[in-house]
Amino acid sequence: MRALAKPAAGPATAGPAMATAPAAPPAPAGPAVVLEHLSKRFGDLEAVRDVSFSVATGELFGLLGPNGAGKSTTISMLCTLLRPSAGRAMVGGADVVTERAKVRGRIGLVFQDPTLDEYLTAEENLRFHGELYGMTGSHLGERITQVLEMVELADRRKDEVRSFSGGMRRRLEIARGLLHSPRVLFLDEPTVGLDPQTRAHIWSYIEMLRASEAITILLTTHYMDEAEHCDRIAIIDHGRIAVLDTPSALKEAIGRDRIEISVAEPEKAIEALKGHFDIDATVSEGSVAFYVQDGDQFVPRLFSEGGIAISAVRIARPTLDDVFMSYTGRTIRDAEATSGELLRSSPHVRAAVARRRR
Amino acid sequence: MATAVMPEIARVREVGGSLRRHLRGVVVVWRRELIRFGRDRTRMITSLVQPVLFLFVLGTGLSTIARTASIGVSFETFMFPGIVGMTVLFTSVFSAISIVWDREFGFLREMLVAPVPRWSLVLGKCLGGTTVATIQGCIFLAFAGAVGVPYSPVMLVEVVGEMALMAFTLTAFGVLLASRMQQMQSFQVVVQFFVMPMFFLSGAMFPLSGLPSWLTALTKVDPLSYAVDPLRRAIFDHLHASPLALRTLDPGISWNGWKLPVGLELGMVAVMAAVLLGAGMVVFSKTD
Repeated sequence: MRALAKPAAGPATAGPAMATAPAAPPAPAGPAVVLEHLSKRFGDLEAVRDVSFSVATGELFGLLGPNGAGKSTTISMLCTLLRPSAGRAMVGGADVVTERAKVRGRIGLVFQDPTLDEYLTAEENLRFHGELYGMTGSHLGERITQVLEMVELADRRKDEVRSFSGGMRRRLEIARGLLHSPRVLFLDEPTVGLDPQTRAHIWSYIEMLRASEAITILLTTHYMDEAEHCDRIAIIDHGRIAVLDTPSALKEAIGRDRIEISVAEPEKAIEALKGHFDIDATVSEGSVAFYVQDGDQFVPRLFSEGGIAISAVRIARPTLDDVFMSYTGRTIRDAEATSGELLRSSPHVRAAVARRRR
Repeated sequence: MATAVMPEIARVREVGGSLRRHLRGVVVVWRRELIRFGRDRTRMITSLVQPVLFLFVLGTGLSTIARTASIGVSFETFMFPGIVGMTVLFTSVFSAISIVWDREFGFLREMLVAPVPRWSLVLGKCLGGTTVATIQGCIFLAFAGAVGVPYSPVMLVEVVGEMALMAFTLTAFGVLLASRMQQMQSFQVVVQFFVMPMFFLSGAMFPLSGLPSWLTALTKVDPLSYAVDPLRRAIFDHLHASPLALRTLDPGISWNGWKLPVGLELGMVAVMAAVLLGAGMVVFSKTD
């Protein structure tokens, strides 16, 4: 069961490229997505609290956080599927509350859960979508061929989707999200549940998209390695933006090495670290973890002065996981476990989840 | 790996707010229903099994005690319009309930986020169910000859029109129920509490004359009675049945001794269709 009230996040797609499409209206100046003090409550649970940021046109922006942090709720509000409790948001230049139809026409959505009709063929799924979005005739036909080629499903276009593997379905969903050339593409956990090879493929499509469609992409993920692809990321936890910057700036800002030691008695080790070195350590995934300025030089001191029985040491350069850790006090996996429990215990969320589970 | 198929930069499509945009939703949803129906031959065949069993097995069996043949009309002939109605009833409701499947398998969300108004999706679904149920009813009509009902063109036109109206009403009813239904299990409840009582009370299985007063009252409350009666009257008009047979087997529906004209009955069904459709649109618009 997913922890968060997971309203449908929608797939979205991207935007217009004005340079090469003379017939198209000019892309709106300014950011593709703007959030101002956006909040969402479910009963007494604040799923999203006063979130503000903006995403520039053409940017690949990542919302990073554990399940239940508020990512999907945020995306759902941006896709017009949920009404914000407070604040406002503009997507593709249109207000998500007062101009819902406009927003919907300008976004593409790739949901976390499958939303294909398995009994239709790949092409029929795309045609259904294209026509709902107002595409017709030969333009639609060409565009279907184009997106199917992009995700390497052109040879399967006449096959019913139920014969497709999980990765093929996800690719088809991405193709569908792009079909109507949206300005903003929302990808909600685009690679969750896929094998590493398929994940790599999906990422290569995303990179290709950015090059070819001049699209703004807003994606959510809880894979730290995937967040590295983004131009900027926002770490969201407990419904708030903990920090927002480029991946490299975030890592630099930490500037410290993470050291993990395996010990028999973590509490004693934490006490000793505090006593001897004035270091605050925490238990994380079974090891004791802490940060120091210069790990290589600290470790010899740790052994000579610490008086702790250590069975293994690991030194790591900062990663986004550490960024997450330093801003939230937990690794993303710890956060996932606790936020899941926390949310499941709230009756409001349970009700909301039940409703939204379809 | 991505074979660098670089599509040329996509053209931007702005979605307008015209009536055409609204109708687009209707047509697209309707067409999907037809594609799925056409592809599912098994469903087409299996949904004929039940009416065939009712008509030829149950009908023939009951005819040994319901000696309608003595007044010139076999029991199977009597049942035929009712079983046509049954075919339409079940096909329509099942087709509407597929919304719950769509929710279960996620496809509903694809429709809900589209830049078309929700009401157009509801209308498309209702028209899709109407088309499918009417086709199914027509297939069953082919058995007319086997129970002594003539293939009169006038009768066929009347019956097909009445089936379509009935199918639309029942699909709208099903869509209204399905809009609030979260799981497939609720479907059993709908069948037990709505569909079966409506079917039994509609006069599909036995004539609505000479019943105990409590049962007569219930049959008059059952909206389906007003959809089945026109079917029976259209078919009996072409049977050359005796006045006695007509009085017994095709009594029509009377309010306080006044026999309702077919036009009024159809008008009532049409009003129900409009109300159910409107309610379905409102409820569905609030779905998320």
